[in-house]
Amino acid sequence: MESSIYRFIVRHSARQQVVLTGMTLASFPFLYASLDLPKRIVNEAIAGKKVPETYFGLHLDQTDYLFVLSGLFLALVVINGWFKYVINTYKGRLGERMLRRLRYELYVRVLRFPLPRFRKMSPGEIIPMITAEVEPLGGFIGDAIAVPVFQGGTLLVYIAFIFIQDPVLGAAAVSLYPLQGWLIPRLQRKVNQLGKQRVRAMRQISDRVGETVSGIQEVHTHDAASWHLADLSHRLGDVYDIRFQIYQRKFFVKFLNNFINQLTPFFFYSIGGYLVIRGQLSFGALVAVLAAYKDLAAPWKELLDWYQQKEDNRIKYEQVVEQFHVPELLDERLLTADEDMPLKGTLAFRNVTFGEDGGARALEAVSCDIPLDSHTAVVGTGSGRDELAQLAARVLLPSAGQIRLGERDYATLPDSVTGRHAAYVGASPYLFSASLHDNLIYGLRHRPLRPPEKRDENPGEMAERHQRRLMESQLSGNATYDLRADWIDYAAAGCDGPEDLKRRILQILTLVHLDEDVYAMGLTRTVDPDRRPDVAARVLEAREAMRTVLDNPDLGRLVERFDPARYTLNASVAENLLFGTPVGPVFQPDALAANPYVLRVLDKVGLTDTFLEAGYKVAETMVELFAGLPPGHEFFERFSFIGFAELPDYQAILARSAKEGLRALKPEERARLMALPFRLIPARHRLGLMTPKIEAQLLEARRVFAADLPADLRDSVAFFDPAAYNAAASIQDNILFGKLVYGQAQVHSKVGRILAELVDRLHLRDTVIEVGLDHPVGVAGSRLSAAQRQKAALARALLKRPDLLVLSEATSGLDGASQNRVHSAILEEMRGRGLVWVLHRASFASAFDRVIVLKDGRVAEQGRFEELNKPGTLLHELMAAE
Amino acid sequence: MSIAQEVECLRKIPMFANVEISKLKLLAFTSERVTYKPGEVLFHQDEMGTCAFIILSGEAEVEVRTPAGPLAVATLGASEIVGEIAILCDVPRTATVRALSELDALCVPKDHFLQMIADFPQMALEIMRALAHRLDKTTGRLREVLSGQGV
Repeated sequence: MESSIYRFIVRHSARQQVVLTGMTLASFPFLYASLDLPKRIVNEAIAGKKVPETYFGLHLDQTDYLFVLSGLFLALVVINGWFKYVINTYKGRLGERMLRRLRYELYVRVLRFPLPRFRKMSPGEIIPMITAEVEPLGGFIGDAIAVPVFQGGTLLVYIAFIFIQDPVLGAAAVSLYPLQGWLIPRLQRKVNQLGKQRVRAMRQISDRVGETVSGIQEVHTHDAASWHLADLSHRLGDVYDIRFQIYQRKFFVKFLNNFINQLTPFFFYSIGGYLVIRGQLSFGALVAVLAAYKDLAAPWKELLDWYQQKEDNRIKYEQVVEQFHVPELLDERLLTADEDMPLKGTLAFRNVTFGEDGGARALEAVSCDIPLDSHTAVVGTGSGRDELAQLAARVLLPSAGQIRLGERDYATLPDSVTGRHAAYVGASPYLFSASLHDNLIYGLRHRPLRPPEKRDENPGEMAERHQRRLMESQLSGNATYDLRADWIDYAAAGCDGPEDLKRRILQILTLVHLDEDVYAMGLTRTVDPDRRPDVAARVLEAREAMRTVLDNPDLGRLVERFDPARYTLNASVAENLLFGTPVGPVFQPDALAANPYVLRVLDKVGLTDTFLEAGYKVAETMVELFAGLPPGHEFFERFSFIGFAELPDYQAILARSAKEGLRALKPEERARLMALPFRLIPARHRLGLMTPKIEAQLLEARRVFAADLPADLRDSVAFFDPAAYNAAASIQDNILFGKLVYGQAQVHSKVGRILAELVDRLHLRDTVIEVGLDHPVGVAGSRLSAAQRQKAALARALLKRPDLLVLSEATSGLDGASQNRVHSAILEEMRGRGLVWVLHRASFASAFDRVIVLKDGRVAEQGRFEELNKPGTLLHELMAAE
Repeated sequence: MSIAQEVECLRKIPMFANVEISKLKLLAFTSERVTYKPGEVLFHQDEMGTCAFIILSGEAEVEVRTPAGPLAVATLGASEIVGEIAILCDVPRTATVRALSELDALCVPKDHFLQMIADFPQMALEIMRALAHRLDKTTGRLREVLSGQGV
């Protein structure tokens, strides 16, 4: 990458800079004419001093002349404006392209960093460099050459003009320029240094903020918030100090500049005036020179401003780029080459050493063979086991020594070979913030393979847009791969298409024991019936089958099905009223009591007073039950309808209504009481407040609610309809179409079993799992458990059918039983292919063809398990110690 | 059956006799009410326990595993408490309890139960009394069984 911003600019935009400068210069005569024309209009046309007889061959009187000149003036205004518009657009586009190129190149560099680099550089530092720090460069790049050329040119013209008028005064006009040219950069240098310090300080701050986010648990665990606050405050204080010094110096430079600029007119007035009085200089000449000098000041000021801006941006560029100049940057070819060959033969480690510069060496002169058609266990004590694994997967490169694969040096094989045919899974694998499915096929997307499917309404327009985007990418030196294309390498997974891949994913999920988890995720997910009518139809079939199953009274008592004509005892009053699932915030249970439409419905069926009384009774019970508990008691969260903080309010409301009656309450007090009964679930809360009469009224309210619902609220609720799929409810709720009955022993596990049987019987399980695969895994997979993350990473690695699978503590988060199951499944799956497994228990090595035993970073022994398993070996010792 | 009736039932249990009504109401409100069919199991021997059961109506049988097969050791009725041993001393269930008839019980989660005992020393005393009583009965039966074997 270019080490200075000007080299970067010239290398990537020389032609555009010439065009820009040319346009700027071309605009100059028009600009000059537009400055000159007003004088002529006033002096010649209006004052009538010099009306020409003919103008471009036309006979004109004074009035005509005025209108011609005024018309010219208007034309010049338009032309100047147009020039400005074109130049600014051109500059903006150029700046944006260059910025895009710069960011892209920086990102490429991040991908090329040798992995140990990331132990020294945090995301908190890298991210602001690529995003915020380079941002101002875009604005400057358009000005980088055009401004100094244009303003310098203008300045030279004026200076020449003054010299022609009077060489002495000309010399006087520019006499102080050398001083300024010498002084200003010197003052500026200090400002530059401060600017560098400021950037460094800001980077450290963003690093600290990033660290706080990552380590937030530790902050709370150790009550370190004050220390962090003090640390940040201290750093912000540093930035403030630096900024303040910058301001002082920057504005002092400005002050000095202005002073020197005004010094020259001082000389003109004093010396020039003196010469005029003495008759050695004509009055007219002095006035002309003064006027010219006034014109001189503007470009000179522009040049100085530009200089400061240039210095600012130069430093920003250099400071960012120097951070990305990393020794031992990975060869770009490793990322870009598209060579593809299977890994076959034996990985031969020859005197391989790995260690960070200056740090202890994790591996020392390791020589060993890893056959790629059999299974190798790595056991031992001390450092180096995981490093050996990562070297075998070519995630790390050796610091010294060589790893050979046949004739090739393993370190020089591009990612397209190792990344497609080897896979490494460590103890804490990373998942990307996308659906589980996208994470699983992550290892199959290396290059765009098939053009995107044409499903747009206007293919012509889309193609044109795509073409434009592609050209823009090329102009900025960016990647031109189409993101919308089909990138999935089905063949790599041994599949012939999307359907086959689905089947394969299901197989792998079972293999790594993740199928149950995904099934559970699928049950709780919603499906858009418009996009997946097949799923919705099958779920409805299952609902029908479930109804038949629940006709058995023994099972039927576990689930209370939704019936439009009956009150659901195991659902809340709110659910009974809506008889549907709220979509969006409007009809959420907590918002119902404040919803005008709901209140109107209650009023219409005569329930308002009933609700108020029920609310009063609920409040009374809650106050009685919970008032004695200390704040923050878990019962408030789990059982109370009223939070601790609200208790006093409700006590006041109760006291008032006891004294003056419910009618005397203020509207907001009534609303608070009304809100309580909505949460009642008769079968759960057993407060004895619901009577058959109220239930009948609520059924009427349910009918009115649906019948009168205004069109604009129609999309805020998905009604329970026995014959229709409910898009807002989960698959499980759609199948059950009812509520689990409170007070039935083990109702959850019993219904779960019934559901599982039904799903299996209808062959719906794969469909549910498929839906579960859409589950978003959250930032870094945070919505999955540690064990699920490990299983997902194993599945991701297995799906691409690697020739060499390298595992290092990859199943540490699984419980014992599933660990055993997954272990033997992986051994079976990888039969005949290369498998390197770092084991934490040496006795597991008996299932492997070969064993490498490491001791403190050196190979202590290697060979077949039977050969090594005898008294006196380290392996034997390790196994005895278990 | 509403909370009020449950509270009535709780009051009949000696260990709750001296506890304020509002606290019993809280206990009832925060406990799950569970219904069992005849033959259904409240909990199995050797499982870890998470709650104690207060029988509101119906009958249950307590049985322990012996080398000679399951042995019924007691029958419980309304207003009796069962399963408290496992949650008092964090040991696995010492017996299996099975509903003999249609049975209604309040399932009191472990932490609520312990909290109640901590709040009301009177309750702790009553529990001690009940346990001591039960121990006395068990010892008596052991003596009977041993003498029956002629040891």
